[in-house]
Amino acid sequence: MFMAPPATDIAPRDPLLPRIVRLRGKRREIRGVWSLEVVAEEGEPLDFAPGQFSMLTAFGVGEVPVSVSGRTRDGIGLVYTIRAVGAVTAALCGLRTGAPLGLRGPFGAGWPLEEAAAREVTVIAGGLGLAPLRPAIEAVLAAGGRLVLLYGARGPSEILYPADLARWQSARRAQVEVTVDHAGPEWHGHVGVVTRLVPRARFDPDTALALVCGPEIMMRFAVSSLREAGLSDARIFLSMERNMKCAVGFCGHCQFGPHFVCRDGPVLGYDRLAPLLRIEEL
Amino acid sequence: MEIHDLEEVLRGHPFFEGLEPQLARLVRGCARLQRFDPGQRLFREGEPAEHFYVLRRGRVALELSVPGHETLVFQTVDAGEIVGIAALVPPYRSLYDARAVARTVVIAIEARCIRDKCETDPRLGYELMKRLVPVLFQRLRATRLQLLDVYGAPGD
Ligand SMILES: Cc1cc2nc3c(=O)[nH]c(=O)nc-3n(C[C@H](O)[C@H](O)[C@H](O)COP(=O)(O)OP(=O)(O)OC[C@H]3O[C@@H](n4cnc5c(N)ncnc54)[C@H](O)[C@@H]3O)c2cc1C
Ligand code: FES
Repeated sequence: MFMAPPATDIAPRDPLLPRIVRLRGKRREIRGVWSLEVVAEEGEPLDFAPGQFSMLTAFGVGEVPVSVSGRTRDGIGLVYTIRAVGAVTAALCGLRTGAPLGLRGPFGAGWPLEEAAAREVTVIAGGLGLAPLRPAIEAVLAAGGRLVLLYGARGPSEILYPADLARWQSARRAQVEVTVDHAGPEWHGHVGVVTRLVPRARFDPDTALALVCGPEIMMRFAVSSLREAGLSDARIFLSMERNMKCAVGFCGHCQFGPHFVCRDGPVLGYDRLAPLLRIEEL
Repeated sequence: MEIHDLEEVLRGHPFFEGLEPQLARLVRGCARLQRFDPGQRLFREGEPAEHFYVLRRGRVALELSVPGHETLVFQTVDAGEIVGIAALVPPYRSLYDARAVARTVVIAIEARCIRDKCETDPRLGYELMKRLVPVLFQRLRATRLQLLDVYGAPGD
């Protein structure tokens, strides 16, 4: 049972108070992962920049940070792709269509797309890490940029957004490579970890930007491979995850070295992260 | 294909890139082009490893058969890469099955022949080692990441 606060009590622009939004639709993406389409009750468009996250509340259960994974088809709502790992994410994934939920944000610094649109972009995504990158990929292709996407999943049945991947694969200025960690004999694609795809990627290390999102250990291996391919730290951007509470730089829960991930990130340049992540010994 | 062409093909492959002509000629003496149709095996686990393969085109799946389980593909190897390193390391036995998943063209290098030449001309041995070690290092690193099973949901 959820306990929605009455809408009249809410000052919608206060970043610490959730506004009430509604679940307009949901779809199961892969096992344990759902995409939720969220729209404002009043119907006004919800905005975001690729790479930003929102704080979503399952009323009566709790609030969690979730990246925006796209816009609804009509452009007014936002899509979130969520893996049910604990109480709040399971409650969000279990919501019925039409149910209210709380929304704060979007917050944080997203992908550096102003820089990226003019150049080529190499995206390395692992598992659910494709979710916050999907809007960036769409933006790069829409702006006529060149895209290299290297995507790794655990197995063929855990590949996220297969329809989008097929569409991107057929885009003129895109190289899309998908790999899985293990497969049965019926799979004819790549098998191996996502970093093994880096040497196959056709990009110019002097002009390309790399956008990376996935489990932190995977990102560390990815950075190591990108550096070997000649990319400088300043051209590599990672989306970081840390526990969050306020999401607006007040509470310090998300502090990572000198950075507040909620405010300075979640997307941070690797030149700023290098002293905090140990890569050399991989 | 002319034997001279095969030498060019060898030197044009990323694994042998930059190999001096004299050494390429030595390798060529142990090499031949071979084609595999999808589904055909290059070698099987436990067999004597008699060749190592330099892939020109196609894709090869490396797999392990576990009794009672579906065959597990743990890596694919593509054009530009090599497969069958066990042929160069004692006891020269294949550690897994290798199966073409697409039309595949390889340069098959006879292992005993190349090993003998490496013994006779340590320059060739050293060149081969310099090329093999980074491949092994990359694969070790990839295996480490694969073992971490980073995409696993909690409770898996
Ligand atoms: C900026 C940011 C963006 C995020 N975007 C997304 C997103 O797009 N989709 C999404 O599904 N999640 C995303 N997350 C992660 C999400 O916030 C957590 O999964 C959530 O907070 C877990 O809350 P819970 O109450 O459901 O589980 P908890 O009870 O807090 O945790 C349950 C179990 O899950 C584990 N766990 C917690 N967080 C994670 C995690 N991130 N990955 C794997 N295991 C975890 C815990 O260790 C524990 O074992 C994001 C996090 C951040 C900081
Ligand atoms: S979550 Fe409070 S400072 Fe970042």
